[in-house]
Amino acid sequence: MRQLADALLVTLLGVDPATWPYAWVVYGAVMLASAALAMTFVALFAGPVTVVERRVAGRMMSRIGPNRVGPQGVIQWLADGLKCFLKEDLIPDAADRPLFRLAPYLVFGGMFGTFVVLPFGAHLVAADLNVGVLYLFAISSIVVVGILAAGWSSNSKWGLFGAFRSAAQIISYEVPSALSALTVVLFAGTLSLQGIIREQGGMPWDWFVVRTPFTFAAFFLFFTSALAEGNRTPFDLPEAESELVAGYHTEYSGMRFLFFLFAEWANLWIMSAVATACFLGGWNIPGVSPATIDSATGLSFWGLQLLSFIVFAAKTSALVFIVIQLRWTLPRLRIDQLLEMCWKYLVPLSFACLLGVMIWAWGVTVGSLVDLGMRLVMTCVGAGIAFHYARRVRFNYMADRDNYLKMTGKELWYPPYRLP
Amino acid sequence: MLEPKAVPIDGMLRINMGPQHPATHGVISFIVETDGEVMRKATADVGFLHRGVEKMAEITSYPGFMPYTDRVDYLASMFANHGYAMAVEKLLGVEVPKKAEWLRVIADELNRIASHLVATGTMAMDLGAFTPFTHWIRERESINDFMEHICGARLTYNYMRVGGVCADWPVGLSEKILVWLDHFEPIIEEFNRLITGNEIFIRRLANVAVIPAELAIDWALSGPNLRASGVPFDLRRSEPYSIYPELQFDVPVGQGTQGTVGDSYDRFWVRILEMRESCRILRQLLAGIPEGDFKAKVARTLKVPAGEVYSKVESARGEIGYFLVADGSDRPVRVKIRTGSFTAVALIEPISPGLMLADLVAVIGSLDIVAPEIDR
Amino acid sequence: MDAREIAERLQAKFGGDSVTVTAPAVGDAAVVVKTALLLDVCRFLKSEPELGFDYLRCVSGVDLKDRMESVYHLYSMKVGHGLVVKVVLDRAAPEVASVESVWKSANWFERESYDLLGIRYTGHPNLERVMMPRDWVGHPLRKDYVEAESYHGIPTSRPDPVGGKDA
Repeated sequence: MRQLADALLVTLLGVDPATWPYAWVVYGAVMLASAALAMTFVALFAGPVTVVERRVAGRMMSRIGPNRVGPQGVIQWLADGLKCFLKEDLIPDAADRPLFRLAPYLVFGGMFGTFVVLPFGAHLVAADLNVGVLYLFAISSIVVVGILAAGWSSNSKWGLFGAFRSAAQIISYEVPSALSALTVVLFAGTLSLQGIIREQGGMPWDWFVVRTPFTFAAFFLFFTSALAEGNRTPFDLPEAESELVAGYHTEYSGMRFLFFLFAEWANLWIMSAVATACFLGGWNIPGVSPATIDSATGLSFWGLQLLSFIVFAAKTSALVFIVIQLRWTLPRLRIDQLLEMCWKYLVPLSFACLLGVMIWAWGVTVGSLVDLGMRLVMTCVGAGIAFHYARRVRFNYMADRDNYLKMTGKELWYPPYRLP
Repeated sequence: MLEPKAVPIDGMLRINMGPQHPATHGVISFIVETDGEVMRKATADVGFLHRGVEKMAEITSYPGFMPYTDRVDYLASMFANHGYAMAVEKLLGVEVPKKAEWLRVIADELNRIASHLVATGTMAMDLGAFTPFTHWIRERESINDFMEHICGARLTYNYMRVGGVCADWPVGLSEKILVWLDHFEPIIEEFNRLITGNEIFIRRLANVAVIPAELAIDWALSGPNLRASGVPFDLRRSEPYSIYPELQFDVPVGQGTQGTVGDSYDRFWVRILEMRESCRILRQLLAGIPEGDFKAKVARTLKVPAGEVYSKVESARGEIGYFLVADGSDRPVRVKIRTGSFTAVALIEPISPGLMLADLVAVIGSLDIVAPEIDR
Repeated sequence: MDAREIAERLQAKFGGDSVTVTAPAVGDAAVVVKTALLLDVCRFLKSEPELGFDYLRCVSGVDLKDRMESVYHLYSMKVGHGLVVKVVLDRAAPEVASVESVWKSANWFERESYDLLGIRYTGHPNLERVMMPRDWVGHPLRKDYVEAESYHGIPTSRPDPVGGKDA
C-alpha cells in the first residue's frame, strides 16, 4: 500500500512523499480506504459467489437454481441479504447472551483480518508484512474461538457438537496446512506473501507448484487442509445438516446468521487466494517480471496493477470453482476418519514434503539442468491432470446430453456455456 | 412415545434427535445417549405419525378402506394396496383376472423402483452428497408421470380394487415405459460412477452396523434389509403370489462387496441391484399384457364371510402383511398391518451401542425407515 | 407341514387338550394353544428341527367383543412353511406370557399390542407404549374404547368448521 500511496502522491499532487510534511495524512486516508475497499471486495465476492455456487450446483444436479431475482438471478444474493436483515434476531432464552452476540463478530473478524496480508495485485495489498504467512495462520485461528463461542453460548447440544467438531478439525488441520505452506517459504526464503509471489514467475513452469515433486504434493496437501479449515464438503462436519441440524449456528437467525455464512463464503476466496499466492504464481503476469511493474510509471503502472489483479482473480476463481464442484460431488467424512486422515496421512506427508524441499533447496541450484528438467516433468504432470479433469467433465456432460437426446429426441435444453 | 427425561446421566450427553431432524426421514425421534461422538445407546421413539389407520379400518367398509392403505407408506403405496386387496380377495374367494394381475405387478415394480430411488438417494444425501439424490428424483419424476397415466395419482395411488385394478391400461404407455427403461438402465451406471464407487461413501458404510443373518431373522427384518444380511428370502420367490412364479428374475443378496455381509453398504447395494431386477421384470411384463378384464365382477357393497387371513406382499421396505379378521358383516373386525419399517426400527436400539453419531444417520438411511409405515 | 399335522405333533408332546385347530371355511387355519402353555409351545416350535419356526413375522392382538386373541404368524426359513398360532384371552384381564425370549421381534410387536389393546405380556423386558404417549388413558383399538375429552388440556374434538354441529 505504501508504494501505491507514494505513486498516488507523485501522480496526482506532484510532490515527493519523502519530503512532503503532510504525507502521513494521505497514508492514513489510504489505510482507511483500503480497509473499506477490502470490505467491499469481500461483500462483492461473498454475495455473488453464493449465486454462482447455487447455479453451479443446479447445473450439476440437473435443476436450474435461482433465476428469478434480476436477470438470471444475479442479484439473488441481495434479496437473501435483505431477507436476513429484516428477519427477527432471535436469541434463545437459555443462551449466554453477551457471548452469543459476540461470536459472529469473532468469526467475521478472524476471516476479515486475513485480508491485511492477502494481495490482490502487484502492489494491491493492505500491508506487506514480513511475517505474512505466520500472521495469516495466526489470525485465521480466531475463527475457532468464534465458532466455539457460538456453539457453547447457544446452549444447544447440536451447537455444542458442531463447535467441538469444528475445534478438533480446524486445530488439527492447521498443522498440515501450515507445514505444506512452509515448503514454499523455504524456497522463497521469506514469510512475506508478496515476497513469495515475486520469487515465482508468470509462466506455469515458474510456479512453485511445479518446482519439485514435493511442492507439487504440498499443493494438494495444502488445498485439502484448507478445505477442512474452511469447513467445506467433504469436511463440513461442524455444520453437517443431516447429522447436526446446522451445527454451531443452529440457534442463530437473521443478521448474526448471515455473518457466519458471509465468513464461510469469504473463506472460499481466502483459501483459494492463499493457494494461488503460494503455489500458482500469484499475480505474476506472464512475460512481465515484477521488476518491470515496480519501475513502471503513470498510466502503464496502473494498467499493470489492474492486469495483475485480473490474473490473480482468474486463478483464484478457478480454484473457487473447483471447490464448489467438490462440494456438490463428495459425501462427508466421519469425525474419526477426518482426524485419522489428518494425523495419520496429511501430517506425515507434509513433513516429508518439507524435508524433501529442504534437501532440494540445499542440493539443487536454481537454473541448473536438474531444476529445469524437473520443472518440465512436473509441468507435464500438472497439465496431464488438468487435461484429465477436463476430459472427465466433458465425458459426463456428453453422457448427459446423449441421455436427454434419447429421452426427448431433442438436443440438450441448454449447453454448459448458456444459462437457461 | 417417551417423555424426555430431565435426569442427567453420569458422564454422558442425552440428545433428542428428532422428531424434527433432517436425517430421520419423517417424524421419528431417537433418544441418543452419547459419550462424545460415540453412542452408548439410541432408543427409537415413534408414534408421532400414529393416525390410527387400523382403527379407521374397523369403521369403514371393505372397499372404502383402500385409500387409507395408501397412507401407510406414502413412498410405496402400491404394495399396501396390493396386500389389502389380496387379503379381501382371499376371504371372498374372488378370482382375479389375468390382466389385472399383470397390471398390478407392473405397478408394483414401477413403485419398487421409485421407492428404491428415494431410499438410495436419501441415503447418499444423509451422508452429505446432495447431487445423487436430485438425479434420482429426476428419474422418479418419470415414474410419477407413468403412475399418473396409470391411476391418476402421483403419490397415493389408490389403484387396486378388490378383484382387480381401478382402470384399464392406458394406450401407448407400454412403449413409453420401455423407452424410459432404455434410458434408466445406463443412468444406474452413471449413479454408480457418481456415488457407489466413491471412496468416502464406501468408508462411511462398509462394516458399519453389521447385522448378521441370525440377528436379522430373530428381529424379523424383511425385504432388502434381510437379503442384505445374506438371507435369500423374497416373498416373490419363497411364498409366491400373483404372477411372480411365471417371471424370470434373480433375488440379489448381500455379498459383503466392500466389507462384511450385512453391513450398511450391502443394504445400499442390494437396493441398487433390485432396481435392475425390477427393470428386467418390467421388460418381461410389458412385452405382452394379456387381453381381458381388468377387474373381476364384485358386488358394490361387500359382505365378507367370517374368517381370518394373513396376506403378505414383498414391498420395497420389506414384508407388508395384512391380518384381516372378518365376521360376515360389511366391515372388518380387525385389520393389523405388519410393515417392514416397524421391525427395522426396533432393531436400531440393539445395534446402536458403539456406533458414532454420524453412523446412526447412515444406519437409519440404510434400513430405509419411513415414519408413517412404523406408526400407521 | 400344514397346521393339522403340526397340531398333532404338539398334542403328542403337550397332551391332547393343549392344542386345537380351527377349520374355517375361508382363510387360514390356526393352531389354538392353551394360554398357559404358549411359551413352552413356542420354544418347541422353534427348537424342533423339523418345524424350525425361526421367524416371527407378526403378532396381532384382536378384540372380538366376547374375548381377546393374540395371534402369532410364524415362518420357518429352514423348512419353508408357515403357521398361525393363537391364544384366547380373558377380555377383562388379558394376560399371556411374552415370547420375547424366543423371538426378539416379539419385543415391539407385543409392545404395540399392549399399547393399542391392553394385552399384558408377562415377562416382557420393556412393556411400554409405543404409539401412544405414556400417560394416555385407555387402549384405542379395544371395541369399548371411548376417547377422553381432552389430553393435557388439548381437546380431542373440535367444532365442525363448516356446520354448527360438533365434529
